[in-house]
Amino acid sequence: MKNKLLKISFLLFLLFSIKGYNQNVKLLTINQLNERIKNGKDSTYVVNFWATWCAPCIKELPHFEKLGAEYKSEKLAVLLVSLDFKSKLASNVIPFVKRKNLKNEVFLLNESSPQEFIDRIDPSWSGSIPATLFIKNDKRKFVESEFTYEQLLTEYKKL
Amino acid sequence: MKKIILLLALAFSAFLSHAQNAVTLKAGDAAPDFKLKNVDNKDVSFGSFKDAKGYIIVFTCNTCPYAIGYEQRIIDLDKKFKSQGYPVIAINPNDPEASNADTFAKMQDLAKDKKYSFPYLFDPGQKITDEYGAKRTPHIFIVSKTAKGNVVEYVGAIDNDPEGNNPQKIKYAEDVIASLKSGQKPAITQTKEIGCTVKRKAKA
Repeated sequence: MKNKLLKISFLLFLLFSIKGYNQNVKLLTINQLNERIKNGKDSTYVVNFWATWCAPCIKELPHFEKLGAEYKSEKLAVLLVSLDFKSKLASNVIPFVKRKNLKNEVFLLNESSPQEFIDRIDPSWSGSIPATLFIKNDKRKFVESEFTYEQLLTEYKKL
Repeated sequence: MKKIILLLALAFSAFLSHAQNAVTLKAGDAAPDFKLKNVDNKDVSFGSFKDAKGYIIVFTCNTCPYAIGYEQRIIDLDKKFKSQGYPVIAINPNDPEASNADTFAKMQDLAKDKKYSFPYLFDPGQKITDEYGAKRTPHIFIVSKTAKGNVVEYVGAIDNDPEGNNPQKIKYAEDVIASLKSGQKPAITQTKEIGCTVKRKAKA
């Protein structure tokens, strides 16, 4: 009996930890993003702004996955920041991340006023996505356009 | 002579390919009139609203999550302000070939389904979209009727809360109309338009 209970609780534990592991899309404010970059152990950050409803964004996501995987050893961190509505986190964003098996860190932007957060990312940003912020030490470069892998690699190498 | 024709042709094609870089109108600019087909198959222009003091022109569509998120707020704007002289005129800026859920038939379905109390116009060739320089859905232009003609008073977003769950949201559009009604110029005449990019045919 005791054994059975133990087994059940172990299974339950497993179930919840798997669930927790899969729901790896965290809400992130701009302040938290800045903290993540400031306190992170990597030296280069490529922050891509995307959304599940944005076709050109989805098209270029594999390039960011490839860049992240290939240059991990150079202390590169690719952060994928979704601009989907918060209400779509469980219904759209998490299932999308699972389906595409994304390996980069994925976040959902936890800000309500684009009028404010757009300028805080970069004053030159119209708000259109895809858009990507490159950060290396004190250098910041913001690019508001879609990338091929070659273009993305070129931007990364230029940093 | 041949050179001139070539230059003209070049200039013209440059003009065409730059259509999507069309300059967005801003406060103080003249608001161009239009004559576009509504979902009820009747043409609509500024003149369709004889008693209007101005117009709330909203470029919006069937498909974009932001347009869908703002749909009820657009319906509410018309409900609140049409009787005060500021009717909503919605125009779909998307090319139906580039966005196949934005065809005229699908626009008719949506307007009927949601009982739109305002016109929802189809813009063939995205001509009016480019005259206004509309870039997103939704993208609003508030226009007032003056002695000098129709003038743009405000361009940008409806409010600062696309997802619609901030009770302290700044309602830009409502504030603009409140100012206009009291005979004043709006304090804020421009905000960033937030939404999906206007859909266009892929370039050859």
